[in-house]
Amino acid sequence: MQVTLKIFRYDPEKDKKPHYDAFKMEAEPTDRVLDLLEKAKGYQDGTISFRRSCAHGVCGSDAMRINGMNRLACKTLVQDLGVNKITVEPILGLPILKDLIVDMEPFFDNYRAVTPYFINDEPAPAKERLQSPEDRERFDDTTKCILCGACTTSCPSFWANDQYLGPSAIVNAHRFIFDSRDKGAAERLAVLNDLFGVYRCHTIFNCTLACPREIQITQAIGEVKKAIATGKLD
Amino acid sequence: MKTHQFEVIVVGAGGAGLMAGLYASKTAKTAVISKLYPTRSHTGAAQGGIGAALGNEEEDRTEWHTYDTVKGSDYLGDQDAIEFMCEEAPGIVYELEHMGLPFSRTAEGRIAQRPFGGHTNNETGVPVRRACYAADRTGHMILQTLYQQCVKNNVTFFDEFQVLDMIVVNGKAAGVVTIELATGELHVFHAKAVIFATGGYGRVWEITTNAYANTGDGIAITLRHGIPAEDMEFFQFHPTGIYKMGILITEGVRGEGGVLINDKGERFMAKEEYAPHVKDLASRDVVSRAMYLEMKNGLGIGGKRYLYLDVRPETVNKYAALDGRTNPDGTPYTVTADDILSRLPDIIDFCKTYLGVDPVVDPMPVQPTAHYAMGGIPTNVKGEVVIDKKNTVMPGVYAAGETSCVSVHGSNRLGTNSLLDLVVFGKQAGVNAAEYARGTDFQPLPADPAGPAREQLARLRNSSGAERISTIGTEMKAVMFDHVGVFRTEAGMTEAVEKIRELKERFKHIRLDDRGTVFNMELLNAWELGNLLDIAEVTAVSALTRRESRGAHARDDYPERNDKKWMKHTLAWLQEDGVKLDYKPVTFTKYEPKVRVY
Ligand SMILES: Cc1cc2nc3c(=O)[nH]c(=O)nc-3n(C[C@H](O)[C@H](O)[C@H](O)COP(=O)(O)OP(=O)(O)OC[C@H]3O[C@@H](n4cnc5c(N)ncnc54)[C@H](O)[C@@H]3O)c2cc1C
Ligand code: FES
Repeated sequence: MQVTLKIFRYDPEKDKKPHYDAFKMEAEPTDRVLDLLEKAKGYQDGTISFRRSCAHGVCGSDAMRINGMNRLACKTLVQDLGVNKITVEPILGLPILKDLIVDMEPFFDNYRAVTPYFINDEPAPAKERLQSPEDRERFDDTTKCILCGACTTSCPSFWANDQYLGPSAIVNAHRFIFDSRDKGAAERLAVLNDLFGVYRCHTIFNCTLACPREIQITQAIGEVKKAIATGKLD
Repeated sequence: MKTHQFEVIVVGAGGAGLMAGLYASKTAKTAVISKLYPTRSHTGAAQGGIGAALGNEEEDRTEWHTYDTVKGSDYLGDQDAIEFMCEEAPGIVYELEHMGLPFSRTAEGRIAQRPFGGHTNNETGVPVRRACYAADRTGHMILQTLYQQCVKNNVTFFDEFQVLDMIVVNGKAAGVVTIELATGELHVFHAKAVIFATGGYGRVWEITTNAYANTGDGIAITLRHGIPAEDMEFFQFHPTGIYKMGILITEGVRGEGGVLINDKGERFMAKEEYAPHVKDLASRDVVSRAMYLEMKNGLGIGGKRYLYLDVRPETVNKYAALDGRTNPDGTPYTVTADDILSRLPDIIDFCKTYLGVDPVVDPMPVQPTAHYAMGGIPTNVKGEVVIDKKNTVMPGVYAAGETSCVSVHGSNRLGTNSLLDLVVFGKQAGVNAAEYARGTDFQPLPADPAGPAREQLARLRNSSGAERISTIGTEMKAVMFDHVGVFRTEAGMTEAVEKIRELKERFKHIRLDDRGTVFNMELLNAWELGNLLDIAEVTAVSALTRRESRGAHARDDYPERNDKKWMKHTLAWLQEDGVKLDYKPVTFTKYEPKVRVY
């Protein structure tokens, strides 16, 4: 089938303001949007710039707005879109550096703010720390995060103020708060109880819809809110 | 141009690089440099598990793991290194768990383990549960956990900096030259020790499980400095890639009881000529070759170039009953759709996304896919790079992970042994590089350390031909997949060598569109293609010269392993006029070579 790929363009060395370029090409319904971007770059215009690596939805490099929705280009097939006009634009709320590439540093600053690592200063046993399959299941969903930023950059509260930690950072805090082996919950809950913490979430659900890993983000944020309110982890 | 100074530089932030960075930074001023943001590294794609004889599910022993690895390597692995790795395995898996890695759990709360190809109980010959797993995203969990630990320990990172060259002074490492992607500016990192942890080079082939970033940069850079590449002809083709796309379907699927099926509906791995004992859980080279032969004999599905991988509960239960497979408690092994869903969630997601197939309802179309580099930068057990047949150490240069060749995988890697290799030898390289740095001074930097890198880029930028890099890349991938793939012949490989040389010529006449400095990805993709072409040439020449079949290197014209002539590692140097080869002996401890049957 014939498709038209319309790409957001901005080159800070040349352009005063962004514009769009359209590329016509043959595509299979099962082609990934990433395949189309590669084709356009490889055979029509080598200056098109975007990040990508794994090409199957596990590394988190290529979150972008595709026909208005935050998605991974490598996990979106032409047939999923149901139309042959495809528009790709950078994710919102982060500074645009070139074409589809945004500055992810504010996003990672927020990630680092929630102490996203295992905390347990008790001496470790000779073998593994024990954890029941049920306790392991408790935080399984939030271990899936690939830090692509699709959720955080779909959130109106984050657009309004990038000091808001955002759904991804809360997801990564949740992953440790509800890990029965971890001892750092109080510390993290204090961070999330802050002005720019969980209470900026107005349960708009954009994040949950945007997550390419289908993490139940709004639910996870709700669980963190409840833990702050009740002081209990259950 | 900016200049920085660190005692130890780690190039790469996958499992190997992060482990090296964590350990080196404990005692030396260390920086980790990565062209990808660390959590984007391809370690995150690993699915099935990390091997260690913990014995959590049933009896297992380190010696069995060692022997299985030696046998899996088709006796080309260095046995001292294999013993070391398998002995370190349980301790290092516990260390990962203590770092918070969320492994799946047994009912007793221990780390869960599953069977994987080639891992057996050496007394009964039956597959053993040795792969420690976190659902089917073990690599993701390892990568995330190690990165989290680096954040915790304030490890210094330079993200989206691409290393273009190593600086060598007086035959010793003196640092690296990098380009900052966001600005196009060159940065020199003056260092006492450099650790390469740049991952694999699967992008040489058309159908591959490897990421775009897997372009073998570390090997190409060291080749340019006169360091040989070891055993490059041994590249693993994984049996089960999604048809046409190459995306990996983990061997864990067969571990859970999935079977391969041909057009006649036969479970062909059980045939006498393939692997009548362990069947679908034979080692990867054996399974990929069987698939190739089935398809060659017209038994691909509908006569096409794919077969079915079937993990529907009714199929699993049927063959589990036929095989007499049992649970650890002796009851017959059966699965439900929910079991499959909870143990292989990502696989199911991939199949639904890319194939529109639900594996619980329909079988998956699969074909062998380029997967893993057994060869690479030669190192010893300490992670030091060794540059000749006498294993002479090059001071200050280290390598670890898929880019290195210790060699623990020999001519064929067992599943789960790479993740193990990363953490075991990543740690070794980190510890030993830091120790080396403590006892040595910085080498003086040359007058213009970035000169050669700047020239390389200028040549690519200023080349004014008409060739597109995408065309050259596509032709390289096709010829390598057709002729230096699962099965090889003299004529095919000769053609591949000639074709690669032609492409290298044409590569001198490329034309790039992007003249800018900010995120000039086209320029870097061109530089990476240059690396892939060098690596393809070394791989094809090493393969053409090895006149035997061993592990992943299978030839129609020399179908047998020839221990008398070929029980040796290939060393390949890239020179102006082509590839120069030499060989070095395999290290033996106590395992005598035997014919390999599964
Ligand atoms: C789909 C898949 C599934 C797998 N499953 C398993 C499994 O279940 N069990 C198992 O044991 N093994 C598995 N493997 C193999 C294993 O995952 C890999 O061999 C391993 O992760 C490689 O790790 P690494 O640290 O060496 O390299 P990578 O994780 O690939 O990291 C390479 C790093 O180097 C950086 N880099 C590269 N070039 C440059 C440069 N020029 N400048 C700066 N930085 C650079 C990259 O940015 C990256 O950070 C699997 C492999 C694949 C592809
Ligand atoms: S390229 Fe890795 S998630 Fe899309």
